[in-house]
Amino acid sequence: MPDIAVVLPSVLQPLAGGQSVLTAPADGPVTVGKLLDAVTSDFAVLARRLRDETGALRRFVNIYVDGDEVRRLQGLETVVAPGQEVLVIQSVAGG
Amino acid sequence: MVRMASAESFVLAIGTKKGLWLATSQDRREWSFTGPHFLMSEIPSIGIDTRDGRTRIMVGVRSEHWGPTVAHSDDLGATWSEPEQGAIKFPEDTGAAVERVWQIYPDVASRPGVVWAGAEPISLWKSTDGGEHFELNRGLWDHPHRSEWGAGYGGAAAHSIVVHPAGETVHVAMSTGGVYRSLDGGSSWEPRNKGISAYFMPDPNPEFGQCVHKIAADPAVEGRLYAQNHHGVYRTDDNADTWKSIAEGLPADFGFVMLTHPRREGTAWVIPLKADGERIPPNGELAVHRTDDAGSTWKRMAFGLPRGEYNSVLRDAASVDTAEPAGVYFGTRGGTVYASADEGETFREVAAHLPDVLCVRAAVVAGA
Repeated sequence: MPDIAVVLPSVLQPLAGGQSVLTAPADGPVTVGKLLDAVTSDFAVLARRLRDETGALRRFVNIYVDGDEVRRLQGLETVVAPGQEVLVIQSVAGG
Repeated sequence: MVRMASAESFVLAIGTKKGLWLATSQDRREWSFTGPHFLMSEIPSIGIDTRDGRTRIMVGVRSEHWGPTVAHSDDLGATWSEPEQGAIKFPEDTGAAVERVWQIYPDVASRPGVVWAGAEPISLWKSTDGGEHFELNRGLWDHPHRSEWGAGYGGAAAHSIVVHPAGETVHVAMSTGGVYRSLDGGSSWEPRNKGISAYFMPDPNPEFGQCVHKIAADPAVEGRLYAQNHHGVYRTDDNADTWKSIAEGLPADFGFVMLTHPRREGTAWVIPLKADGERIPPNGELAVHRTDDAGSTWKRMAFGLPRGEYNSVLRDAASVDTAEPAGVYFGTRGGTVYASADEGETFREVAAHLPDVLCVRAAVVAGA
């Protein structure tokens, strides 16, 4: 079964056992939300860094699918297909 | 219990906008620092729990990117633990998410393992496992006033928790909402703000809606508490049923800090700021004011503090320890921390040039 890859920023990699890329097997398109559920299932702290307890993406966490930030698409309902790459990148924020 | 400074050590925890610094001392004059811990995360709340024969430091951590969490260390910051599922998270049915943990408050020695927390959005939490997991207080969350509570400049939060050693009385203060009291351990809550002004509202004397900045209990007089309000300094002698002003004698009635002595009746400290619209020490002269007679008179104390200080001191950026004499500690938004080993008579600068100081806590510990 092909995979969908989620690429993590370096600051989050310690929460994923040191991995820079997490993959989930998928035999067809899935939503970004379901993809995050799958790749963080063994990494609960990582999951909480990305989304709050309501499931909402944290304000300054951006997720890109083929170069587009998902808030400009369908948010966590954005569909990704096997072979696509999903990037997690923190916003430029703070002072 | 009086703790003698000569037999024990001291821990000072400084939470800032960009991390946590920890310090230990044998004499409250020379401090050894570690940090920053949690670099680039703000630390708005700290609880130092010295019960059960160990020193547990609990911190509210909040990253602008990665959100809030609570971590704890049992080895003075050498290692930190964070529960996998999070120590504080709203139940699904509330539809809410924690924004920031504003207060972590270990209960009294007779209730080991019990730790309270206050958070944004306005909520009260209780742990019975030493701060590793907290449960939402439904009595306050479901209070019919909730929809009318507002947000101060820093956000809407339950920021002060006062748990009384005997019985089931708990006081919580929130901005904005005012003081709420429970007589049944937190099952039910009633506003208790009679006498506290809310000049910024159409009715300046509402049942609730006050912007209380900090409350603290007198350790020796049951039913006596002190409040630093958004303009106004108050005392209650009847368990918060009524409040009366004790601001006379202070250079200003605005400020955020309210500290009380760990044992002695009638002793409290405030750090006045000029006004809501001018949040600086009066005349740029930073000073702590102490009362030893429950607010009838105030003594200005500035020995060791700088002149020309224009940074404010936030509500939790001050603390007392339990030594004899009690230590007084506070930090400014300019990143300077001062400590007094003699109840405020003289201060020493113990840290400077840190990020904005959000929270300061100090404790007497064994063998640090």
